[in-house]
Amino acid sequence: MTPRLAKALINGLLIGGAIVALFPMLWMVSVSLMQPGEASNLPPPLLPAQATLHNYRELFLRAGMGRYWLNSLLVSSATTVLSLAFNLMAGYAFAKLRFAGRDALFKGVVGMLAVPAQVAMLPLFLLLKPMGLVNHYGGVIVPALASAFGIFLVRQYARGIPDELLEAARIDGAGELRIFVRIVLPLLKPIMVTLSIYTFLTAWNDFMWPLIVLTGQDHYTLPLGLASLAREHATDTELMMAGSVVTVVPVLLLFLALQRYYLEGLLLGSVKG
Amino acid sequence: MSRQHAAWLLLAPAAVVLGVFFLLPVAGAFALSLTDYDLYALADVHNLRFVALNNYWALLHRPLFWAALGHTVYFVAVGVPLSMLVSLCAALLLHSPLARCKSLFRTLLFAPVVTTVVAVAVVWRYLFNTKYGLVNEVLASAGIHPIDWLGEPHWAMPAIILFAVWKNFGYNMIILLAGLQAIPAELYEAARIDGASAWRQFRHITLPMLAPTLLMVGILTVCGYFQLFAEPYVITEGGPLQSTVSVLYLMYDEGFTWWNLGSASAIAFLLFVIMFAVTELMLRIGRKEAGT
Repeated sequence: MTPRLAKALINGLLIGGAIVALFPMLWMVSVSLMQPGEASNLPPPLLPAQATLHNYRELFLRAGMGRYWLNSLLVSSATTVLSLAFNLMAGYAFAKLRFAGRDALFKGVVGMLAVPAQVAMLPLFLLLKPMGLVNHYGGVIVPALASAFGIFLVRQYARGIPDELLEAARIDGAGELRIFVRIVLPLLKPIMVTLSIYTFLTAWNDFMWPLIVLTGQDHYTLPLGLASLAREHATDTELMMAGSVVTVVPVLLLFLALQRYYLEGLLLGSVKG
Repeated sequence: MSRQHAAWLLLAPAAVVLGVFFLLPVAGAFALSLTDYDLYALADVHNLRFVALNNYWALLHRPLFWAALGHTVYFVAVGVPLSMLVSLCAALLLHSPLARCKSLFRTLLFAPVVTTVVAVAVVWRYLFNTKYGLVNEVLASAGIHPIDWLGEPHWAMPAIILFAVWKNFGYNMIILLAGLQAIPAELYEAARIDGASAWRQFRHITLPMLAPTLLMVGILTVCGYFQLFAEPYVITEGGPLQSTVSVLYLMYDEGFTWWNLGSASAIAFLLFVIMFAVTELMLRIGRKEAGT
């Protein structure tokens, strides 16, 4: 094969792959702008004859999507901020502070990574019920306040902080908590961004646990609202596509803005094997 | 404050959350699976009885459990190799020195991974529509007759597998790409000097050097794919004729539609044991291969 042919082939395959990867999302946006019923013409149209925002209006005014959107934002933001604090503290302690039982405890944290969350779901439901957290935002947020993965990620990164820096601060008489806040936290900024975007995307996209614990529509997050809409309005293709756009676009934009941090976290987290 | 105290103070919040809301329920799952916890027990805990391994025994005699396990194993056995193959091809393309605009392509190919699974599953449900769906439209242009993807029990799982491959291949692509970049360039140079063809270089340098990464990626993907739930819930609702009911779908149905929490816990626990056994087996085989 000549180099020119090989080059054309490789780049052609990449373009083809990118089209397959993106097409469903572009189609989703296009259909969301169509008139009701337009997507069910034959042959199926690729672009709206006349773009309209009708489906979005319908979604927010009648289908209650605004409420789901705010629920998602609330649950994802609260989970991100609070779990970031908890995971940073624990990850740093595992990385840099010496205490009895540290290695055994950390082994336990790594072991938790191997246990699928679904095993815990049924007893967790029974545990949260008497606490009043079933059908409550807290039912989604509280169990996610710390994660073995988050602690692991912070610990891997925090191990890179030089001990001399911490020792110097100790000699200057700084307390341990002061060292954590003043010296360690600023150094952990990159991993904070990584973990935040990772946690936010996971919380925003999460489906099974919210489906179990949020039993009433008022507390539904976007995926739950969308899934229940899809069961009621299965034939309203255009409306459903608008719902999918509203759900997917925020996370896609967030990813595009911070993708360097996200991909770094993905690689850092995957070296655990 | 001593370092020891500070450490405990920093650990305490995460330890409480993980202990109370993860470890306790995991231990509780096994205990729960030994009881007949149902709607009556939910109303009044005095109705709860210890039934030892009866839930497990009953499950092993239930055709739907075996069917759900079969569907899940089908999804894993076909979906994982296919996903890995696509991820590996994409990574190889991105790694090629001839590829242009690499970071752009990397972003575009990765985009499906960050999307909300429920939302894109809704999109694919329409793409798989027999009459108006664009999947059949594309097949028609190749002269293939329309397939009733979501209405035929034989085609529903392949449709879900195709969706899962599209959604997930980007994740492993990134990890494998990093693995490819870590292979020293001198190895390839030496092989070129010896006149080895591109295929032989791939076979004797790339694959062996990438094997540990492939093993790790394979195990992570197997674990993820065993947890099949949202895709059938949204795309097929377990149908047609229960042909896409997965183990977790059955657990959800048993637990939160019928409130048989004891029996549902047994399902969850069995899945956990199976996943553990399969990943352990993969690790063993992987180590053995590396040893020879």
